[in-house]
Amino acid sequence: MQLIPCPWCGPREEAEYHYGGQAHIAYPDDPQGLTDQEWAQYVFFRDNPKGPFAERWMHSAGCRRWFNAVRDTATHRLLTVYRSGEPRPEVPTP
Amino acid sequence: MTAPFRLPGRGLVDQGTDLEFSFDGRRYTGHPGDTLASALLANGVHRVATGIAYRRPRGIMSAGVEEPSALVQIEEPFPEPMLQATTVELYAGLVARGPAGRGRLATAADPARYDAVHAHCDLLVVGAGPAGLLAALAGARDGQRVVLVDDQPRPGGSLLGTAERVDGLPGPEWAAGVVAELAALPDVRVLSRTTAFGHYDDDFVLALERRTDHLGFDAPAGTSRQRVWRLRARRTVVATGAHERPLVFPDNDRPGIMLAGAARTYLHRYGVLTGRQAVVFTTDDSAYAAATDLVDAGVTVAAVVDARTTVPEAWAEQCARRGIEIRAGEVVTGTSGSERITRAHTAPYAGGRLHGPRRGVDCDLLLVSGGWNPVAHLYSHARGALHYDPARGAFLPTGDLPNLRVAGAANGRATLADCLADGAQAADAPASTRASIPVSAPVPATEPVPDQTPGLVLWSVPDPAETDGGEPRPRFVDLQRDATVADVLRATGAGLRSVEHVKRYTTIGTAHDQGRTSGVIASGIVADALGADIATLGTTTFRPPYTPVAFAALAGRDRGALFDPVRVTPLHAWHTAHGAEFENVGQWKRPRCYPRPGESMDRAVLRECRAAREGVALMDGSTLGKVSVQGPDAGELLDRLYTNLISTLKPGAARYGVMCGVDGMVLDDGTVIRVAEEEFLLTTTTGNAAKILDWMEEWLQTEWPHLRVTLTSVTDHWVTVPLVGPDSRAVLAAVAPDLDVANAAFPFMTWRDATVAGIPARICRISFSGELAYEVNVRGWEGPRLWEALIAAGEPYGITPYGTETMHVLRAEKGYPIIGQDTDGTVTPQDLGLGWAVSRKKPDFIGKRSFTRAENLRPDRKQLVGLLPEDPSLRLPEGAQLIATAAVPAPPVPMLGHVTSSYRSAALGRTFALALVKAGRERIGDTLYAPLEEGVHPVRITDPVLYDKEGTRRDG
Repeated sequence: MQLIPCPWCGPREEAEYHYGGQAHIAYPDDPQGLTDQEWAQYVFFRDNPKGPFAERWMHSAGCRRWFNAVRDTATHRLLTVYRSGEPRPEVPTP
Repeated sequence: MTAPFRLPGRGLVDQGTDLEFSFDGRRYTGHPGDTLASALLANGVHRVATGIAYRRPRGIMSAGVEEPSALVQIEEPFPEPMLQATTVELYAGLVARGPAGRGRLATAADPARYDAVHAHCDLLVVGAGPAGLLAALAGARDGQRVVLVDDQPRPGGSLLGTAERVDGLPGPEWAAGVVAELAALPDVRVLSRTTAFGHYDDDFVLALERRTDHLGFDAPAGTSRQRVWRLRARRTVVATGAHERPLVFPDNDRPGIMLAGAARTYLHRYGVLTGRQAVVFTTDDSAYAAATDLVDAGVTVAAVVDARTTVPEAWAEQCARRGIEIRAGEVVTGTSGSERITRAHTAPYAGGRLHGPRRGVDCDLLLVSGGWNPVAHLYSHARGALHYDPARGAFLPTGDLPNLRVAGAANGRATLADCLADGAQAADAPASTRASIPVSAPVPATEPVPDQTPGLVLWSVPDPAETDGGEPRPRFVDLQRDATVADVLRATGAGLRSVEHVKRYTTIGTAHDQGRTSGVIASGIVADALGADIATLGTTTFRPPYTPVAFAALAGRDRGALFDPVRVTPLHAWHTAHGAEFENVGQWKRPRCYPRPGESMDRAVLRECRAAREGVALMDGSTLGKVSVQGPDAGELLDRLYTNLISTLKPGAARYGVMCGVDGMVLDDGTVIRVAEEEFLLTTTTGNAAKILDWMEEWLQTEWPHLRVTLTSVTDHWVTVPLVGPDSRAVLAAVAPDLDVANAAFPFMTWRDATVAGIPARICRISFSGELAYEVNVRGWEGPRLWEALIAAGEPYGITPYGTETMHVLRAEKGYPIIGQDTDGTVTPQDLGLGWAVSRKKPDFIGKRSFTRAENLRPDRKQLVGLLPEDPSLRLPEGAQLIATAAVPAPPVPMLGHVTSSYRSAALGRTFALALVKAGRERIGDTLYAPLEEGVHPVRITDPVLYDKEGTRRDG
C-alpha cells in the first residue's frame, strides 16, 4: 500500500486516490478549428513513457482535490507532487 | 496420565493440566503449551498423514511453519483443511485427522469474527528471538515507538528449543524478562501469536494475530478470532531466524525422519522424546547438539552419519564421551520401514559419489540436517537482493535496505552470541541518518560453544540404484507436493533452465511451506543437473504471504451486510411494510414493484402501469442523483458540460439535458432547474450520481478553475416523489390548496415552491412517463409525511404506488432511453434520437467537436428504435441479437443490433422492446429476426415512441 503525498493533506494511502491519466493535456482553445486528426490526438492519444511521467491524481476519499504528480513508471516512486495549475517542477533524473 | 514419550518435569508445557483431544478417531492427552504435533509425538504417534500422489505414510518433519509433511484436517470445533500440525496449538476437545493430501472445506459459514487494526511505529521488530529481543530493547530504551511481533505464544524464538543460557538464565526465562521490560514501557506493543506475512510499499507490513484460535471451544464469541495488523513502520528489523534444511536421499519421507533441530525443540520445549533409538545424518555441526542432548535425555543415538570426512573435533569428543559412533564421510543411502522408519542404510561418500558397501543401522528416528536457510522473506518482499554463500549453501541478505535491516540467524549469523550481537545494534539507523549516539543494547553473556567446522553442501544423495542396478527409490524434494529429484530432472530434461519454470513444472515450493524446506534444494539440484552455478541460478521469488492467511481474515469486518453500504430512502419502511420487491441500483435498495398477495410480478407491473396511464400513481424517486451548482458562473459551467443551452433557463423553469464525454458519447441525462440567478439543481441517473459529480469537479478544478462555481451533492437531502397520471393534478390540488395547478399557471417544464400537506415543497412539472406528472420534493425527514398525505389524498382516485419496473415500462413506451441500459458508452445523442437536445448555437461544449468526426457521421451507426415482435406475447430477452434473415446463415453471422430493453405493455396490450440497430431509423417498417434458443422470431422495427407520439397526455 503505497503512500501518496497529497499536496493539501500530506501522505495518505493510495486507496484514497484515483488516477487521472497524463497531466498537462489542456483542453484545446478552439476544438472546432482542429482537423479530425488533431482532435483525435487530444481525445485518444496519451504518452506512455518508461521513467518520469507527469500525471493527474485526485484525492477522492480525502480533500477531493485534483493535483499533479511526477511518477517514475518503472519504479512507481512518486518523485514530486504539485497543485493543479502549478508548472511541472524539475525533478532530478533518478 | 503421562504420555509414553513425555519426560516428566521437562519442557515448557503445563504437565499438570490435561487436554483431551482426538486424532484419527483415537483419544489422546496433551497439555497446555503443546502443539498438535508435540502432543501426538508425546503419545508415540509419528504417522499423521498420507502423501497426496503416492499415498505414502507421512510423519512430522519439523516443529514449526516450515512443516512440509504433517498436514491435518481440523474437524472440530470448526472444519479447517490442511493445517500444519506443528502450528496448531492444542486445546481441549480438538478433533483432527490426517487426510491423504487434500482437506475438506467447511460447508457452513464461518461463525467467527475477524477484524483489522492500523498501527504506526518508529521501529517494527519481527521475531522475538535473541536478535529481535535485543533490537526491540535497544529501540525501546531509546524512547522509540516500538512494535514487536512474534508468531509464537511465548517469546524466545530459538531459545525455546535449545538448552542455551543467556546472562546465566535459561533462554526462555531471559526472553520473558526482556519482554517484561518492554511491556512496561508506554510506547511498546508486544504482539505474540502474530505473524508478519508481507512487507509492502512504503514500509507497510501486514501481520496476522491469532487471538482465539488456541482457545478452541472456549473462544469468547465477542472476541475476533484473528486480526490483521496494518503496520506502518519508519524502520523494520527482520529477525525471523533460520530454517533447517532437510537432506534428500532415497526414501527420505518415512515417518520418524525429522529435522535435527526439531527433535531438539520437541525435547526442550515440549519435554517430548521423538524416539528411543536415533540415527543422525548431517552435513554440518548443529546436529551434534541434537545428538548429545538426546543422549543426555535417555535416547540411544546409534550413529552420527556425517557426510564430511573431517568431523568437528570438539563434537567428536562429546560423542565419544557418550558412546556415540560417528560415521564420517558417510551418507544415508536409504531407509526401511512402513508406518515408521526401522532402519537406515549408510555408505561412504566422496566427490559426489557413493563408494563401498552399504551398512544398515536400526533406528526408530532419523534426524537430518543439511544446513540452515535464513528466513529472509520480508527482506525479499521489500526487494532486498539475496546472494549465495557457498560455504553455507544458503542465500543470505545483501546489506541493509533504506528502512529495513535483517538481524541474527536471518542475517546468516550461526551462533547465539553472534545473533545477540547482531540484534543489539540492529535498531540503530543506517549510517546516513545516524544520530550522534548509536542506538544499541548491551550484549548479554552466553556460554562458550565449539568452533564451527565448515559444512558440506549436499543437495541430494545419489540413489545406489544408479550404480548397482537395483530398483530406484524416490528421493523427495517437496513432501507435500510429492515431488522428487526425478521430477526436477524431468523438468531440466525437458529443457527448463529457470528455477521459476522448474517450480511451476514440478510444483515444488507451491504448497503450505512455500519452499521453506525444498526451494534452495531444488535450485541446487537444478544447478547440479545443468552444470550451472547456483549463485547465478538463484532461488524462486519470495512473495507474500509468508504463511497461509485465511480470506476471512483479509476480509475482516467487510463481509455480509458490512461488505458494501446499503442505501435506503426515508420511505424504505413504508415500502417494506407494503410488500415491495426490491432491486439493487448501485448501493440503493429501490422498490421494483408492489405485488399484492398472490400476484405475480408481471401482473403487478401491468396493474401499476395501468394506474399511471389511466388514474394516478406515485413512486419513490429519491435515489435520483442531485447536484447543487452555485456561483456566478454556474450557468457558464453547465453550458460547457451539457449539450444544450442551460444558462438561458429562467428561474422557475426546468430543462432536460444530456452530458457527453469528449468523445461525444452520452454519459448521462437528467433535468436541470434554475433555482435562482446563481443557483441550479441538476439530477443524474441514480447509479451515476457519484460519477457525474466527479466528472463536473474534474473539469471545474483542472480546466476551468477560474469559474466561480461550487458543486455539492444533495442527493440525500431530498425525498422526491413523482405523482403521475391523468388524476395527478386533482390529487396535488387537494394537498396543495395554495398552488394554482392549472396548466397555464403551472405549465410543463416549470417548477414552483408551494406547501404540500403542510410541508414546504418544491414541485417540478416534469414527466418520465409521458403522462401529466408532478415531481414533489421535500426535505428528507418530511418524506414519509408527504408520502402518506399523497396516498390519503389519492385514495378516491385509486392511487397506486409503483416501482422501477413500471417506471421502465412507462418510459420505454415513450422511447425515453435509460443511460447505461440502452447505451453502452458508444452511443451519441444523435444515435438516441436526441439531436434536438444538442445546441447548434453554442460555439463549443464537451463532446461537440466529436459529433463531426467521420466515425460519428457514418450512416450505418447503431440507432435507437422500437421493436414489435410479430408474436405479441413474446418478450424478447434483453441482449438478444438481431439479424437480417429468417434462417441463420453460416457463421460469421452479420449482427445488425441488439435488444436493450424489453417489456410487456398494458397500454399497447402486447410486448415491445427498444433496440440499437445499424441504420435503425432507415429500417423503420422493416422486419428483422431475433435468433433465440427455441427458434428465430420476426420483429418489426418501429419508431422508438410507441405511445402517445403527439405528446397530448403530458398536459392532462
